[in-house]
Amino acid sequence: MFDIRGAKKLVEVKNLKMHFPIRSGLLRRVTGAVKAVDDVSFDIYEGETLGLVGESGCGKSTCGRAVLRLYEPTSGSIKLDGEEIAHAPFDKLRRLRPKMQMVFQDPQASLNPRMTVAGIIGEPLMEHSKMSAKERTERIYELMDAVGLNRDFANRYPHEFSGGQRQRIGIARALALNPKFIVCDEPIAALDVSIQAQVVNLLEDLQDRLGLTYLFISHDLSMVRHIADRVVVMYLGKVAEIGPRDGLYEDPLHPYTKALLSAVPEPDPVSHDNANRTILQGDVPSPANPPKGCNFSTRCPVAMDICRRLDPEVAEVKPGRFVACHLYSETTSQTAANAAQTVGA
Amino acid sequence: MPDGATPFVLDVKDLKTVFRTRGGEVHAVNDVSFTLKPGELLGVVGESGSGKSVTMMSLIRLLPMPPAEIRGGSVMFEGQDLAKVPEDTMRAIRGARIGMVFQDPMTSLNPVFTVGYQIMEPLRTHMGLNKAQAANRAVELMELVGINDARRRLDDYPHQFSGGMRQRVMIAIALACDPKVLIADEPTTALDVTIQAQILELIKDLRQKLGMAIVWITHDLGVIAGIADRVMVMYGGQVVEQAPVRELFANPQHPYTRMLLETVPRITGERSEKLRVIEGQPPMLSKAPESCPFRARCPQAFDRCASQNPARFDVGPSHDAACFWDFKTGAPRHV
Repeated sequence: MFDIRGAKKLVEVKNLKMHFPIRSGLLRRVTGAVKAVDDVSFDIYEGETLGLVGESGCGKSTCGRAVLRLYEPTSGSIKLDGEEIAHAPFDKLRRLRPKMQMVFQDPQASLNPRMTVAGIIGEPLMEHSKMSAKERTERIYELMDAVGLNRDFANRYPHEFSGGQRQRIGIARALALNPKFIVCDEPIAALDVSIQAQVVNLLEDLQDRLGLTYLFISHDLSMVRHIADRVVVMYLGKVAEIGPRDGLYEDPLHPYTKALLSAVPEPDPVSHDNANRTILQGDVPSPANPPKGCNFSTRCPVAMDICRRLDPEVAEVKPGRFVACHLYSETTSQTAANAAQTVGA
Repeated sequence: MPDGATPFVLDVKDLKTVFRTRGGEVHAVNDVSFTLKPGELLGVVGESGSGKSVTMMSLIRLLPMPPAEIRGGSVMFEGQDLAKVPEDTMRAIRGARIGMVFQDPMTSLNPVFTVGYQIMEPLRTHMGLNKAQAANRAVELMELVGINDARRRLDDYPHQFSGGMRQRVMIAIALACDPKVLIADEPTTALDVTIQAQILELIKDLRQKLGMAIVWITHDLGVIAGIADRVMVMYGGQVVEQAPVRELFANPQHPYTRMLLETVPRITGERSEKLRVIEGQPPMLSKAPESCPFRARCPQAFDRCASQNPARFDVGPSHDAACFWDFKTGAPRHV
């Protein structure tokens, strides 16, 4: 497993906020904000895969896109290889783009149907390099070999390929400029089970060969356990827990992580017999109107009084294990104890 | 048992469905046979294009015809062959004796009618209830599927419900006329895991209360493991393996099932460094199969697999697999 000790931080995200305005009324005045990502901080070390998990609407994709500056973040800082990109001007951003790439969820929608495979993979090379046509063709073939596509298909169009192969085209395009960092936004969600394994193995091979760093966004907790070195769990725009893979899956700390893991059905009938599931009641609240205090307090099976008043900070409770929950903060336990005493007196 | 009665609520034999397209025929369902006992939950697993949905849509004749065409087979349900009954009879059965729940609760509810109206619709058409009776029954149904404050929510529109709640509404509609068989096509696939867990609990609970038989289509082996009594695995428009759920997971006898179980990563236990991969792509179904559809991806394949399509051999108690390779002896089958 990847060891973060001594590893260099490639991506540093600090207090990232991505709020989308809600406009209403005749004058389209801003009347509120959807806090899709609200004060999120994490680091990604060079060569690791950071898994980002959560349910739909928790802000994981927005977070991934904001990190690549596909959105203008509301506030916060994002550093890639030491360079600030959250508020960098466009010319600087353009210079940095080749270093950071993205693989999208839906290979059908993210490939231009009117371009050939060679055109799609070659487009970043046209934009960002000064290769001659011959060099470019050579590089396109090289990339097609790397992702396991037959060179003979270079002049075919995306619709002539299956879902798994299309995702390979998307990966080849992302690799074209030798990036250091790739955001994979649900890259396997649209694929069949037997094809998912092919794509995940390809991503892992490429990482080993090219020393890539991934932010792997997914709602598939079993696949994240397979591919990630460390995992971030998000809930309603905030970080609930960050930890190394094995620790997080064996001993989840945040009540949300616990519930999420216990909700995953295992492909083993015997495990279902003695499963002691925590079934969360209700739905995820709207990010336009998050609950007061801890945003998980409305569904949390162990919510305390303080959770409905005070939003917990993300704190390191064990080495490498970060969690945003009042259950683990000493000061809050004390406050709670004091409060209890006051009530008693 | 009375004369002519069978122990099955549904008995499907050699069902064959073909789509006629401009590019030629697609043989989506090839000689699929299965049975369903009263109160049983049959899980149907397969990848997209394996024919699992088309099989179920064929038997309730919910496919656009043309291009679809049911080319053969029988579907016995309550003493009638659904493949042959006139459309009127089929309409009276669909939604009443056989209920349906579909994958996407966003698109299967009509956005311009209230949820109450949509639950009351089958009650009024199939059961002949008047408006007040139907409304009362709709409230009961909504309470049954765990929708709080049901009376007030009758007048809400689908967009006022969350995804999980909409799927509960879909289930309420499917249950409205007290069906004998419920066909659920990937009913939790579009939902988040915590909401999926709620719906699975609900289904388990409803089965105990109502005792209907369920066909549950999914590609998620985890969901199947938790909910099914018996599992049917489909590949290339055919049933490749069928067994009671524990037997299937503990002792799979078709190479496709075996590999499928190995490609899925797990959330507990040993973590493999490398995922097992099924190389290659699923077959094109442009011809009626003359050989095993899994042959090209199968590590066990030998010459016979290319010349003959294997029948479903009995490999254990109520367990069959369509494969010429015998995993128990580690040699080809002598049949």
